[in-house]
Amino acid sequence: MAKLVLQGVRKRFGQNLVLDGIDLTVSQGEMVCLIGASGSGKSTLLRCINLLEPIDDGTIHLDGVDISEPGYDPQAVRTRIGIVFQSFNLFPHMTAAQNVMLAPRRVLGRRPEEMAGPVEALFDRFGLKHRMGHYPDQLSGGQQQRVAIIRALAMSPEIMLFDEITSALDPELVGEVLDVLRQLRAEGMTMVLATHEMGFARELADTVCFLDGGRILERAPPGTLFTQPREERTRAFLSRLL
Amino acid sequence: MPNPDQGGAAALSAAPTRREIHEARLRRRSGAIAAGSTLLVIGAIVLFVPMAPGWEAVRRSFFNAEVFRKTFPGLLEAFLVDVAIFLWCAPAIALLGLVIALCRDVRAPALFPLRLFGALYTDVFRGLPVVLVVYLIGFGVPGLGLPRPWNSPYIWGSLALILVYAAYVAEVIRSGIDSIHVSQRSAAASLGLSEADTMRYVVLPQAIRNVAPANMNLFIALQKDVALLSFIGPVEIFRQAGVYKSLLANFTPYVGAALIFLAITIPATRYADYLLHRQRRRQS
Repeated sequence: MAKLVLQGVRKRFGQNLVLDGIDLTVSQGEMVCLIGASGSGKSTLLRCINLLEPIDDGTIHLDGVDISEPGYDPQAVRTRIGIVFQSFNLFPHMTAAQNVMLAPRRVLGRRPEEMAGPVEALFDRFGLKHRMGHYPDQLSGGQQQRVAIIRALAMSPEIMLFDEITSALDPELVGEVLDVLRQLRAEGMTMVLATHEMGFARELADTVCFLDGGRILERAPPGTLFTQPREERTRAFLSRLL
Repeated sequence: MPNPDQGGAAALSAAPTRREIHEARLRRRSGAIAAGSTLLVIGAIVLFVPMAPGWEAVRRSFFNAEVFRKTFPGLLEAFLVDVAIFLWCAPAIALLGLVIALCRDVRAPALFPLRLFGALYTDVFRGLPVVLVVYLIGFGVPGLGLPRPWNSPYIWGSLALILVYAAYVAEVIRSGIDSIHVSQRSAAASLGLSEADTMRYVVLPQAIRNVAPANMNLFIALQKDVALLSFIGPVEIFRQAGVYKSLLANFTPYVGAALIFLAITIPATRYADYLLHRQRRRQS
């Protein structure tokens, strides 16, 4: 069954139509990559799915429930859909472990002592156990981004959204973050990524969507989209990257 | 053949480079000029001020060593009153300032009256001279004929200071809240945190830390403004100096009081500057 269904989603910032009728279906365990030039609407689309931005038109269904209905409690959705941002957005006044434990404690009502074990296991899984007590400014960009991923995972989300999470990293740090995504992929996490890492999208995605001017212009498995793009604009975009 | 790279590296670590020699010379030169001009100014003051026709009279009435010795212990004791007033006002100001700042930030429509109140409050109390508020509340409220101890000028004078300074602290905290980037709120919201939790755990701790130096300057100003309470009764240091002045017909006690204030405010101001400097460096 489809986990997440978007139909005719439109989003306007003032006069600027950023999303112009997005239809997208994501199945349980599927990994969807959104590619396209800056300003094509990838980030906005992810923020709309997470209800960080209200949509102007269309519907978003999560497990068959319309979560885009005005007045629907966004908090309940956000605990089920995690998002990781390009600029990490860790809380600078808290250690890595405190960053991770804040939301489970306040939103899910977990007690610190019952969380200690699972959180440590989570840090261990992504190779950051020795960094739990560090503050964000004591960590490298790649480590900060991995902490941000752990922070989102600590809420046990059903879907993870990743908004160009390697774009702000030095090239030599990109690999360690992509490894985390590979690991999540292997565990069967449902994921939607906005990304400029074409090689990565090609390697792991089930589906690649090419966004242009707020529309999904082309949607295909990576094998097809990267080798035989149907649309002229897709071809032009890909040729600029190579 | 010697490797030029190695030669360059060795020169860098051992002998000073041409640039270092040049910069050291510049530093010595500007140090000498600064010292020379300072000496010149001090020399001029020492030389010319005593030549003023009224200098002897001023020296006798403002810088009288004997009067100073006699009154200084009493002034110090009176200053304890200032310190005490400061100590009970400061926490109340911090708390009320925080509450007012939060009032101005509430978004829920049902709480709009709070927002209005916050805006009105800061406008009114920042718009009035402190001394005027001290007079109005310090003379006005006890005028209601309240029974002891509720007619004490200590209570109502302190309340006046609390009300005025809380308005300033509220504005400083609010500017701190505004300075936290919206992405921090987004990140908190994306984790499902409520607005109240976002404020309490994510925004406020960072905001208050950011504005700590600015708030510290306000509290230094508060320590000085405690002297305004002397107008409505409490015998604190400024009032005590006035009493000595009348008794001894000499202004030296005021100089003593000034020195006591400076002994507190200068180190505190320097410390606030240090905090600000450290924060700027961390953010750059």
